[in-house]
Amino acid sequence: MSTKDDELLKELALEEYKYGFTTDIEMDIAPKGLTEDTVRLISAKKNEPEWLLEWRLKALRHFLQMDMPTWQNFEHPDVDFQDISYYAAPKAKPQLNSMDEVDPELISTFEKLGIPLNEQKVLAGVVAVDAVFDSVSVKTTFREKLKEQGVIFSSFGEAVQEHPELVRQYLGSVVPQTDNIYAALNSAVFSDGSFVYIPKGVHCPMELSTYFRINAENTGQFERTLIIADEGAYVSYLEGCTAPMRDENQLHAAVVELVALKDAEIKYSTVQNWYPGDKDGKGGIYNFVTKRGICKGDNSKISWTQVETGSAITWKYPGVILKGDHSVGEFYSVALTRNKQLADTGTKMIHLGKNTRSKIVSKGISAGVSHNSYRGLVKIGPGAENSRNFTQCDSLLIGDRCGAHTFPYIENRNKTATLEHEATTSKIGEDQLFYLTQRGIDPEKAVGLIVNGYAKEVLNQLPMEFAVEAQKLLAISLEGSVG
Amino acid sequence: MLSIKNLHASVDDKEILKGLNLEVKAGEVHAIMGPNGSGKSTLGNVLAGREAYEVTGGEVLLEGKDLLELSPEDRAREGVFLAFQYPVEIPGVSNINFLKTALNEIRAYKGLPPLEAREFLNRVKEKQKLVEFDAKLANRSLNEGFSGGEKKRNEIFQLAMLEPKLGILDETDSGLDIDALRIVARGVNQLRSQNNAFIVITHYQRLLEYIVPDFVHVLYKGRIVRSGTKELALELEEKGYDWIKDTVDAEGAA
Repeated sequence: MSTKDDELLKELALEEYKYGFTTDIEMDIAPKGLTEDTVRLISAKKNEPEWLLEWRLKALRHFLQMDMPTWQNFEHPDVDFQDISYYAAPKAKPQLNSMDEVDPELISTFEKLGIPLNEQKVLAGVVAVDAVFDSVSVKTTFREKLKEQGVIFSSFGEAVQEHPELVRQYLGSVVPQTDNIYAALNSAVFSDGSFVYIPKGVHCPMELSTYFRINAENTGQFERTLIIADEGAYVSYLEGCTAPMRDENQLHAAVVELVALKDAEIKYSTVQNWYPGDKDGKGGIYNFVTKRGICKGDNSKISWTQVETGSAITWKYPGVILKGDHSVGEFYSVALTRNKQLADTGTKMIHLGKNTRSKIVSKGISAGVSHNSYRGLVKIGPGAENSRNFTQCDSLLIGDRCGAHTFPYIENRNKTATLEHEATTSKIGEDQLFYLTQRGIDPEKAVGLIVNGYAKEVLNQLPMEFAVEAQKLLAISLEGSVG
Repeated sequence: MLSIKNLHASVDDKEILKGLNLEVKAGEVHAIMGPNGSGKSTLGNVLAGREAYEVTGGEVLLEGKDLLELSPEDRAREGVFLAFQYPVEIPGVSNINFLKTALNEIRAYKGLPPLEAREFLNRVKEKQKLVEFDAKLANRSLNEGFSGGEKKRNEIFQLAMLEPKLGILDETDSGLDIDALRIVARGVNQLRSQNNAFIVITHYQRLLEYIVPDFVHVLYKGRIVRSGTKELALELEEKGYDWIKDTVDAEGAA
């Protein structure tokens, strides 16, 4: 490696995580530890009905009996579940009716993150935002406007109070409590999250967005998102996330459930930028998330798009159960790892209905000494006549100390199914970089161009404003990665 | 415009250029010819600042400025353009977006504001026409899936767009059929002016029938061993490189 590369790599090491500040705000934090009492405390704080407490307790009992999996392509860190606080909320927060009642410190935090909570300023009415700060939702914008069309967009806690029947019907219906150890944990201790219901035939008039922020120390974030698109409904939903730079690791174990009824479509986009830890791998978020959608009705469609650039470890497989005939599942992913980051991510497409189709486009980018794994399951059930899957899974390597791994699994139980798989591995070459710099382009900008070009097919799936953000994020994350 | 004095350069510790001298004035076209392995492509890469090529001695001035001190991107911004022998493909990066980025970086270096979208597009149209570059190609990903000829034509299109002071064509004729060669040459001829200069690196005399050089130099064993006018190229064509090799080697032995 030349001296110029070394210099750039040094710069990279010094590169700071832009969102690493902390907010000084009075917090209500539960004592560390996990017992039935912890669960009761959370449930009581949230004034939940008895059935939900029972549901949580059942999940806790499962959790306590489950073993940590060992199949993943990274060494599972020791997580001491008793050393985490399972509830943290800004103190003394009454029902908020207007922006004036939100703690100014919180507003400025979200402003620093570029998340406007002031409705007049929100991208001229294109996006409605639910902001989740540590465990609770602090503000959901545009609720009244959405209500006119019958769209429910609220914090999960509020939905439990106001629409218990919907929550009860669908909670855990896509990701059962026993699905995996972190889903069980989430089911027991989830604090807040977002809830969306789009009524029959309604095309949601704006993008819905949740912004997650972990702030408190020694806390985990366990949010729960439930989105239901009733027959013929459409919604596009976005989530973004950041966290302060802290030396210890923090656990983020969320569950997202999507339900698309007949002819409905849900588009779910994630731009994940949790704190990745420093160059030596100290600190950072463990992002262990279960995301799944079900195309319950015929002709329904669920599409996941994720741009994963943050977290010390990213471990998630947003999937789709294609139950309805002619239903469609899509997964578009860009996962970027650098320094000592680890990612083991991909998708599960479960074909049950006839003529179901799924498409998987995964683009891994590895730099530094990071390891990036794609793991994907395509399962064709016996009744899934004429179903089709197309999988494309590409890896881009930057430098020669990182790793890219691919683990595609196929289980086909129907002879009429068509499955296609394409995979490539490439390296950002000295020749590509020289070509661009010879035309006067700064080397770091050149890497940004190459990476964004590589990820274009996925970025194109994002709504415009977020695609621009994601492009910048990819370019910034790679600054100095190549000489 | 360009002054090269006693240039020595190595690749992997093997000396390729061994004391090369060359003076290029504005408005001139110089052809560099020579047998394989004589150091022709090394010269282009050294001037453009490719990292694997280590300069071990000598001086290169572009309009009085020490070129060897500058990074590849700053050399480009100062007006050095290398038309590559093997242009790379960069998937997903649109040709147009790439050119806009390059053009604006060069402008920023000179303290100029970015070109407005309309000005830029007008320039694209004008230059496409000038060098006969297909508009469809301009909108595709950079060289992705281009044929060899299309890639070479894209190099000339970029040259037209970026308007460098010094254009270095590194075996631009290799792999081109006669029609593509004509189009490429016509493009270069359109771009020749009193304000710029070209170094045309080629193995064959054929290209020089279309891009007529003011001077022809023969590179052999890392040095320029013969210089002359376009007649020298014809003589070479007729007598072959062995003629040069034999006479130069004999001189060396003497």
